[in-house]
Amino acid sequence: MAFKRNVDRLPIIPPDAKEHVAMCHFCIVGCGYKVYTWDANREGGTAPSENIFGVDLSKQQPAETPAWYAPSMYNIVKQNGRDVHIVIKPDPECVVNKGLGSIRGARLGEIAYSQITGSQTHRLTTPMVWRYGQMQPTSWDDALDLVARVTVAVIKQYGEDGLFVSAFDHGGAGGGYENTWGTGKLYFGAMKIRNIRIHNRPAYNSEVHASRDMGVGELNNAYEDAELADTIVAIGTNALETQTNYFLAHWVPNLRGDTVEKKKKLLPDEPHEPGRIVIVDPRRTVTVNACEVEAGKDRVLHLAINSGTDLALFNAWLTYIADKGWIDREFIEKYTVGFETPPGEAPMFPARPGGSLDQPRWPGFNEMLAANRMSVEEAAKICGVPAELIVEAAHWIAEPKQGKRRRTMFGYEKGIIWGNDNYRTIGALVNLALATGNIGREGGGCVRLGGHQEGYVRPSDAHVGRPAPYVDQLLISGKGGVHHIWGCDHYKTTLNAQEFKRVYKRRTDMVKDAMNSVPWGDREALVDAILTAIRMGGLFAVDVDIVPTKIGQHCHVWLPAATQGEMNLTSMNGERRMRITQRYMDPPGEAMPDCLIAARLANHMERVLRELGDHAYADRFKGFDWKTEEDAFMDGYHQHAPGGQYVTYERLVAMGTNGFQEPARGVDEKGRIIGTPRLYTDGRFSTPDGKARFMIAPWRGLQAPGKEEQKKNFRFLINNGRTNHVWQSAYYDENDAFIQDRWPYPFIEMNPNDMKELGLEEGDLVEVWNDAGATQAMVYPNPAMKRNETFMLFAYPKGVQGNVVNAGVNELVIPNYKQTWANIRKLAPRPQNVAHLSFKSQEYRSA
Amino acid sequence: MKRCKLMVEVGRRQFLRGTAATAAGAAAVAVAGEAKAARAGAVIAYPGKKLANIKDLKVDVPLEVTYPDEDAPGVLLKMGRPVMGGVGPDGDIVGFSTICPHKGFPLHYVAADRTFNCPGHYSRFDAEKGGLQIWGQATMNLPQYQLRVDAKGDIYAEGIDELLYGRLSNVLG
Repeated sequence: MAFKRNVDRLPIIPPDAKEHVAMCHFCIVGCGYKVYTWDANREGGTAPSENIFGVDLSKQQPAETPAWYAPSMYNIVKQNGRDVHIVIKPDPECVVNKGLGSIRGARLGEIAYSQITGSQTHRLTTPMVWRYGQMQPTSWDDALDLVARVTVAVIKQYGEDGLFVSAFDHGGAGGGYENTWGTGKLYFGAMKIRNIRIHNRPAYNSEVHASRDMGVGELNNAYEDAELADTIVAIGTNALETQTNYFLAHWVPNLRGDTVEKKKKLLPDEPHEPGRIVIVDPRRTVTVNACEVEAGKDRVLHLAINSGTDLALFNAWLTYIADKGWIDREFIEKYTVGFETPPGEAPMFPARPGGSLDQPRWPGFNEMLAANRMSVEEAAKICGVPAELIVEAAHWIAEPKQGKRRRTMFGYEKGIIWGNDNYRTIGALVNLALATGNIGREGGGCVRLGGHQEGYVRPSDAHVGRPAPYVDQLLISGKGGVHHIWGCDHYKTTLNAQEFKRVYKRRTDMVKDAMNSVPWGDREALVDAILTAIRMGGLFAVDVDIVPTKIGQHCHVWLPAATQGEMNLTSMNGERRMRITQRYMDPPGEAMPDCLIAARLANHMERVLRELGDHAYADRFKGFDWKTEEDAFMDGYHQHAPGGQYVTYERLVAMGTNGFQEPARGVDEKGRIIGTPRLYTDGRFSTPDGKARFMIAPWRGLQAPGKEEQKKNFRFLINNGRTNHVWQSAYYDENDAFIQDRWPYPFIEMNPNDMKELGLEEGDLVEVWNDAGATQAMVYPNPAMKRNETFMLFAYPKGVQGNVVNAGVNELVIPNYKQTWANIRKLAPRPQNVAHLSFKSQEYRSA
Repeated sequence: MKRCKLMVEVGRRQFLRGTAATAAGAAAVAVAGEAKAARAGAVIAYPGKKLANIKDLKVDVPLEVTYPDEDAPGVLLKMGRPVMGGVGPDGDIVGFSTICPHKGFPLHYVAADRTFNCPGHYSRFDAEKGGLQIWGQATMNLPQYQLRVDAKGDIYAEGIDELLYGRLSNVLG
């Protein structure tokens, strides 16, 4: 049977319940939530005077009522040591989500830590260390002393390059301005660590270098622009499942025509219609279906291109649009380098033909167009879609509407970020957005749609360099002596994962064996034994996280972190909207915010260095005397972020779930922070002279090493990505009964004819294998899949897709997860925990 | 002393859990990790209500009903083959709420693939699989009726396995 909670009734929120400002922990959209807490021994009543809503709860409430919450939004948690009821429900007043909650965020209640209801009781509550052959609890001081001593010893022996770090750089839970600053000040301030990587990629690099190098920050528009656009171009994004409430609350109204009046009011001098959408995705997603339902099939173009051929498509669009004369000449003249290549241009350009990091050059529009020129016919051949569809899309993008410029918003995400030739592909898209004048204007934007929320403030990372060190390969090759891991789990979220795990286990086991050979209480002997093992190729690993992770199985120290809501945490969303989530419950046990863990580690390193008499180095670890996360915020964001001087916790709390859009520009007479809805409205881009750059980015096939060969040798494309139910690597969801009931294994969508050929039935477990490794998945038939193409859930613990992604990366060490080919064979008929599942089409059907 | 305090703590937790099993109590919350655990035992007192007789049902034609009161619309369905939670001589009769547990929009039944579909945000539930959400934004599967069929073929609803949208107690009052 489908999982049911058998909850018939929930406690009613009393009128005097405490209210807290909160955001969803998860995706970039950052939906606003209201958190209500009240003592566990009481509740409100159904009479209007007895509940927070002021309505008669003895009556059925209508659709979209604010006066209801699901069992998944409820729990009993600790707050300042007391048991309280908690309800975490979407905020109807928030302009981002307008009261909507997704299947992920609307479970924030049930994924809270609760000793009473038993939810997420696997959370780390106390520091744990490898002692007597297993992980055992210890004090913070004991754990941090060991980490500091081993880290200092490794640095003394190998320099700071001997310390490897994996650390989140994002906002939302497992990140945020407080925690990126805490870790950043430690590794980029006190130290200058080069061998550092980010949670989802094997190096410390931008996912969108190209856009930034061209002077276009990647979050440059407002969510309102999706309501105002004539055409939305969605590339490599399945927004309904991955930016759910942005799609539902802002794209859908435009597609339905509900924003036509708003368009007329805000943009009165041009004709308006309901929005159209062009979707570029090799796979037909539920997003395509929803757009067809809302806009009608005649206003949706799905270009199901061959995987990894986006660059050819973008160049063909640009060529066609330029040849038609639909480019925005005035915009190009005024706000970019212009039509002619300026002399002496010299910023970075690592991916140009024959170019290198040392030979940069930026072209004018004409040179760029000549180099990138691609005919529609040629692109149709490369992309595997009819030429007329490419042409029709170009008309939707740029054909003037009764003499007025068409407003087109370009939104892209992992399909091209984790796709073929990242740098050139994103550059080609920004070329198109600039050429059509669609940046810094209403209804425009060329934006990544985002994964996590953002929350980055750190000292300069310039010392890391470009290209950044390929950290995972360095670890595989035996480099590094100590590894600090902050909220990352390479075992689920890296490429070449099978090889990484094999080597990582071997190296960390060497240290475990060494630790088993000496008494814990003899610290000097313990550190010596660890260092001896490191000299022989071992690795000492420290995992800071909220839950036990897969990579944590092979670590020697676990440090328990608090998450959003257990600490005050600030972040911004995909339109740079900054808000605070207030602390609404206690962290489990002794867990602490990451920023304070970083500070305490810095304190211990300073102490150990002074003991060694190295006062000069010890002095670099000063400035970590923070007592609270607010101390870290004031030291970091307030002092170092653009406009940070205007931002305080008090002001953010007052601005609630709507916050302000970064950067802050001042404070009004009522103390409200004044923000920036869109970037580049003045036409000044993020380059030294303010002019945006174009990029020479011709098509060159599959760019990353080993991809062409893999494509030749293995039958199935293993396209991969997210699904609606699951957030990130399922670190909560693998302990959520509702989700585990639906996805006990990662699914792989296959065409039923391919299944038939391989003798597969729905729900069967299959092995996916190639030259990089092997993994498993559960077969989900999908007649909309092309033959020999599949789609597998990414980063799922019971079948890690990264096992079959080869080590090939681009010039700047951006991984290429999407272009993966493998063979498939049956492992087992559907297991018992799959028997009750539905494998019907996920596409909505009208009545 | 410490042990005494612990006992008090445990006792209080049991009290909280225990009260969930009574009509007057707080919530019952299934313990994470026990997806297949027995029913939380939960439950408030439901009215028994005759919804139809077997002979009123035709395969794949939903019969509109209400349960536990007239403000809670639902359907009875005869599937023509045994399905999860099915009752009756053929084990093929099921009943579901037809209010989407995401935002409360009315679901429509599509006989072609035996699914309930929500026009609000595209959620889909499988009538043959206990209301499993095939895809969607609801954080629960579709509330299903506990049904009983008597010797005369009368079909009674006697409970619901999830909280209905728009009410904080399945039985209002």
